[in-house]
Amino acid sequence: MFRTFIVGILLGLAAAGAVLYYFPVVNQSRENSLIVVHPNQGNTESFHINVPMDRIMIGASAQPNPLPAGLEWPADEQFADTRAELFKIRNAKDAVVGVASRVAASHAESGDIVEWVLHLPARGSVFLNMQTEPSEAGYRIGELRRGTREFSVLQGHVTERWVADTSGFEDAPAGRIELITALVSAEFDDEGVNDE
Amino acid sequence: MKYLISLFLGMVVGAAALAALLYFNPFTAQNSLSPLSVTDNELISLNYSAVAADALIFTNDGESQVAPYPAKVLQLWEPPIRKTVAMATVLADSRNQAVGIGIKFSSDSESTNILNGKALVDSVWHIYLPGRGSLFVEQSENYWSYLREIVVPAHWSSGDNWRGIWNGNITSGPGALGTARVVGGSGEFSGLNTEGVESFAAKAYSVEQGPVAISANLAIEIPRLELATTPDP
Repeated sequence: MFRTFIVGILLGLAAAGAVLYYFPVVNQSRENSLIVVHPNQGNTESFHINVPMDRIMIGASAQPNPLPAGLEWPADEQFADTRAELFKIRNAKDAVVGVASRVAASHAESGDIVEWVLHLPARGSVFLNMQTEPSEAGYRIGELRRGTREFSVLQGHVTERWVADTSGFEDAPAGRIELITALVSAEFDDEGVNDE
Repeated sequence: MKYLISLFLGMVVGAAALAALLYFNPFTAQNSLSPLSVTDNELISLNYSAVAADALIFTNDGESQVAPYPAKVLQLWEPPIRKTVAMATVLADSRNQAVGIGIKFSSDSESTNILNGKALVDSVWHIYLPGRGSLFVEQSENYWSYLREIVVPAHWSSGDNWRGIWNGNITSGPGALGTARVVGGSGEFSGLNTEGVESFAAKAYSVEQGPVAISANLAIEIPRLELATTPDP
């Protein structure tokens, strides 16, 4: 019987080790990546934010109704021209796939900025530098400054625009912020030729 | 029957032995010395409180141990973001003067491996320092030592809390020396590619509320400009 007990200990060690090795402790929920390949060889992926439903925070000075209620934005003068926002972001099928931050700020020394960080837990994050002034067509164009994990090997551009809701439905959002990324592998140059 | 019971008890003891081996494994101890402590370059030191109620906002799925703050903040309950935490906080310098705003997104990492002592979290910082510029920090954090030396002892404590002094780096990558990757976005940091390390100094932890007194530091190395030398004519 003692021998059986020893065999049980070894089996228990092996079984617990196998469970920890083969079964992932963390398994992020995933939505399909909805990347559209265009006839002109480019490919894009579209994300959007339904406003106001997906807005988590508006950090800005002198707000009569802070979001979320109870937010105490620092009254320090240096943050007077800083606006930091947090959102949930959705894919083209309107499913929430991540969170995002947008910082727009103006300062005499460091200049004006509009930046995004999109964080998609199952895929990675992107850091986007946008033009501070939108184009005449209403777009703001930006550049991928850095990507992590799935996005670490990509380079490209992104456009940001505000699309007002015209559906007229009572529970419809006021509009949406649309972000369209056009990212390709950094191993290929603009003509699609591998640098190496 | 008695052999079956003996086998079952043996398996329970075996599983418990593995758990003890992993918990007390000295090879998974975390180094509390920052890889940036020996650098000659300038370090930007950004401090914040890791206590949720000290942040501007802190939100998660709403069912986790640490409650979202403020209470009415939108919660991250949708499946793809349920294992994610979002926080916005004021960052202070080493003299405790507010110098910027930091936004941190953290998600449980699928690279977590208990056998190797890796309780990993993938996180990114979006930092804006008025007058200086913006930074993006990408890191993998390992909470194994934090769990082993603070969280588990707090659960074992009869008062369901932990008090003491614990200092440790939580950054474990992706840099080869366990450093975070930092890129500059604008201002004086524009074009910057450097490294950083985030560390915790914990004093109190409660099973009910999570961190009670934990201050955090994000150290970012600013490389000196290399002056081009010209040969002596």
